[in-house]
Amino acid sequence: MQTPRKATALISGGLDSLLAAKVIMEQGVHVEGINFYTGFCVEGHTHAIRKKDKAKAKRNNALWVAEQLGIKLHIIDIIEEYKDVVINPKHGYGANLNPCLDCKIFMVSKARQWNAENGFDFIITGEVIGQRPMSQRKETMPVVSRESGADDLLLRPLCAKNLPPTLPEREGWVDREALHDFSGRTRKPQMALAEKFGFEDYAQPAGGCCFLTDANYSDKLADLWKARNSREYSLDDIMLLKVGRHIRPRPHFKMIIAREEGETNFLKGYRKAFIHMDTVSHNGPLTLLDGNPTDDDLTLAARITARYSQGREAEKVDVKLVREGGEEVLSVKPIPAHEIPPDWMV
Amino acid sequence: MKKETLNARRLLCPMPVIRVQDKVKFLDAGDELEVICTDPGVLSDIPAWCRINGHQVIDTISDNGDYIITLKVGN
Repeated sequence: MQTPRKATALISGGLDSLLAAKVIMEQGVHVEGINFYTGFCVEGHTHAIRKKDKAKAKRNNALWVAEQLGIKLHIIDIIEEYKDVVINPKHGYGANLNPCLDCKIFMVSKARQWNAENGFDFIITGEVIGQRPMSQRKETMPVVSRESGADDLLLRPLCAKNLPPTLPEREGWVDREALHDFSGRTRKPQMALAEKFGFEDYAQPAGGCCFLTDANYSDKLADLWKARNSREYSLDDIMLLKVGRHIRPRPHFKMIIAREEGETNFLKGYRKAFIHMDTVSHNGPLTLLDGNPTDDDLTLAARITARYSQGREAEKVDVKLVREGGEEVLSVKPIPAHEIPPDWMV
Repeated sequence: MKKETLNARRLLCPMPVIRVQDKVKFLDAGDELEVICTDPGVLSDIPAWCRINGHQVIDTISDNGDYIITLKVGN
């Protein structure tokens, strides 16, 4: 008996990658999933930092998809290598700081490497022609295949019939006739196929899976790069951009103010790495200070922190400041809302 | 059989799962791994990862903000 061919499926956790893997599994191919973690991935858990979201179901959609399919999932940390994709995208950014085409090329290239190391034959993605304005267009499909080095070992089962036959099709590893010809932004064919396979629960179609597609998040990242005069970043940097209210009163320092208890608890984990302050005379948020604030800046920051406490209308609010060398209490008048210019809000 | 501990505090999912995955590669069937986390997402993710990879969660404890999951490595 012939050994079945082996394919890796790029699993984002969305419907398309679920269906693409299933279509190929139905043809008797052994499929395992790969999910790449860039640090910018939108996970339910990130939202769950906020206390108001705690009741929401928490699950990693990629793991959930793998479980539905009954396949192994390899989650691969690409945080460090991915920086070059974000900082220097050869094909540029999308509407925000999303380097979607370079990202897809990079991920397929990593999958190709993984295949070579683990004896797998080809790669599956859930791409559909016309689905995404930057990375999933008829003109960009061959670019991904070519520049990733996967060439015709990259198979898109959901739109394969709209593309030239790949090696797995030409060699008969998969039956091209059993593949699909989906195109465009409509989700109806995917939903019909999901129903055919009996998938009733799946991540919301067309939902973004990357913070870099979010305008507010991209603004915060751009602000960070500008303030540091460098486009380098750490995982902690990009995690902190997901949390709190970000205010930059001066070019050389920024405040990250927790918006509620869940964020306060999360930011507490970073206290040792930052100058930080919290109100002691009234209930209020934890604030981290990023940069090099002067003493005057610290007083301003204390007034802003007080503004977001329950003492916002009080004459004086005591704010505990903790920095290298010790701690002190600053007694300040909360800054009125009209004294916070809109351009301080990042 | 050996028992090891992995500190995954402050890591947000899926990083605790990735750390578990990387650690389990170097353990043998029957070994136990205790993972200490702070992201409540691990309560669904680590068991899901164990199920699809043939490992078994044998204990889960919530302790003052920590989530301590012990798993037994499968074959």
